[in-house]
Amino acid sequence: MWDQILQFLITGVTVGATYALVALGFAIIYNASDVVNFAQGEFVMIGAMTAIALSAGDGGLPLPLALIGAVLITIAVGILLQRFAIAPARGASVVTTIIITIGASIFLRGVALLVWGKDIFAMPHFSGEIPLHIGNATLLPQNLWVMGGAALLVMGVHYFFNHTIIGKAILACSCNRTAAHLVGINVGLMMLVAYGLSAFLGAMAGILVAPITFTSYDAGVMLGLKGFSAAILGGMGNPMGAVAGGLALGLIESLAAGLISSGYKDAIGFIILLLVLFIRPSGMFGKVSAERV
Amino acid sequence: MPSDTPLLKVDELSSHYGPIQALFGVSLEVKQGELVAIVGANGAGKTTLLHTLSGVQKASGGQVFLDTREITKQKPHKIVAAGVCHVPEGRQVFAPLSVDDNLRLGAYALRKEKEWVEQELDNIYTLFPILNEKSAQSAGTLSGGQQQMLAIGRALLGRPRLLLLDEPSMGLAPLLVEEIFRVIQSLNDQGVTILLVEQNARAALGIANRGYVLETGKVVLSAGADELLKDEAVRRAYLGY
Ligand SMILES: Nc1ncnc2c1ncn2[C@@H]1O[C@H](COP(=O)(O)OP(=O)(O)OP(=O)(O)O)[C@@H](O)[C@H]1O
Ligand SMILES: [Mg+2]
Repeated sequence: MWDQILQFLITGVTVGATYALVALGFAIIYNASDVVNFAQGEFVMIGAMTAIALSAGDGGLPLPLALIGAVLITIAVGILLQRFAIAPARGASVVTTIIITIGASIFLRGVALLVWGKDIFAMPHFSGEIPLHIGNATLLPQNLWVMGGAALLVMGVHYFFNHTIIGKAILACSCNRTAAHLVGINVGLMMLVAYGLSAFLGAMAGILVAPITFTSYDAGVMLGLKGFSAAILGGMGNPMGAVAGGLALGLIESLAAGLISSGYKDAIGFIILLLVLFIRPSGMFGKVSAERV
Repeated sequence: MPSDTPLLKVDELSSHYGPIQALFGVSLEVKQGELVAIVGANGAGKTTLLHTLSGVQKASGGQVFLDTREITKQKPHKIVAAGVCHVPEGRQVFAPLSVDDNLRLGAYALRKEKEWVEQELDNIYTLFPILNEKSAQSAGTLSGGQQQMLAIGRALLGRPRLLLLDEPSMGLAPLLVEEIFRVIQSLNDQGVTILLVEQNARAALGIANRGYVLETGKVVLSAGADELLKDEAVRRAYLGY
């Protein structure tokens, strides 16, 4: 029994780390531009799929190079999304921008379908598939890559927003755009940085977890929704809350799937989302405020 | 001391909010070293004028020159980098960020000049000791007067050649108003060129070299500050006696 629960916890933290990165991407974009970016999940898919495509076959790049290439391509997609879909709609209502990002996600998925078809792809594990044992529970080296990678990325993001002038400039844009202009911040550029950073986090999530979960052109849909749920759970616009929300969601899902039934795994996430929206719309860690609707 | 070179030259500047015109061909000049006041009632277009100078509001006609360089269609961050620093109406500090971060963001365009920034930060903390005391607190927790000092300090960290001040006395207790105006005066004495917008015409004209009167988006009068203070129409409309 305890071994089993340990196993569920390992799975939960791994999945939760992925959700956390996606949720962090949601929070960063929401903070910078008041946009809920429903194309966030597509960043994950694009990261994983391009990494696989770049490394596959005889002419493929060595894995590290393929990963770097995939990350750069995903960042470019994030920047293009901001520049050509979000920026022109500056000042539009929240609903309008949500429709735009949903449209963008459908478009990106369509392109992925055209390029890669409906096949399911696997990526090689970074450092082999020999499991490690903790008691009777097992752990793949890739699980450690996911957890460690996510932890490093979260710390990096925390450092960026708390200890660098560019990070603070992005925060300044989100709390007072006019004043940000007036102190000489290039607000348009900061938006590109925020979207690029979110795309980077999405790509990293996709790349880290792809060897474990397999991936296909529509893998971003579910991950995007889970990341969104986690971001809501943590209080939209609270980056570290989003991370906690992601870990919590991953753990709850994994325990529910193991202890109740795996059929309920996805439902659990959305039940939690609805409950949070009903009971505490500002999230577990969000400040209670009526300002942002 | 004021010299004859115009640092800022505004020529027939117009601006619209959608179909509504707010500025109707405003022309004015600020010479190097001057302190110039713009007075006008509620809704006269004072804030719109400053916003247009800073590039956060589009000009629909006319030109703005800094020295001889046209800055009319420049992006706001380029205008700041050229040395036009703006203390906005209502302070507009970055409320969740610390006092120190707010000040450092004022030097955003100069972030590579680390030594200069640290030196100027010291100067600001000496000028406003209360900001030093509260440097780690979030700006939103400061009182109105302290936020005004922060907004001024933040603009000074942009190393202004021209400082734009939008109603710095708004909502402050009389004693604080006096202190803020003393600071503005002493900045000007140290050589900072200042364009000061105020509804508090008496206090503004009291420290200014020259003044312009703005009414519904037009300059209706311009003269030396002392003359304006004595002007019959100005006294009736803006000084209340
Ligand atoms: N965002 C806006 N949209 C539409 N009209 C605006 C906007 N901002 C200002 N106006 C209008 O433009 C005119 C000038 O306003 P502005 O704020 O520049 O005046 P002001 O002189 O700064 O007034 P105050 O002393 O109240 O600050 C007013 O008629 C105002 O109603
Ligand atoms: Mg105003």
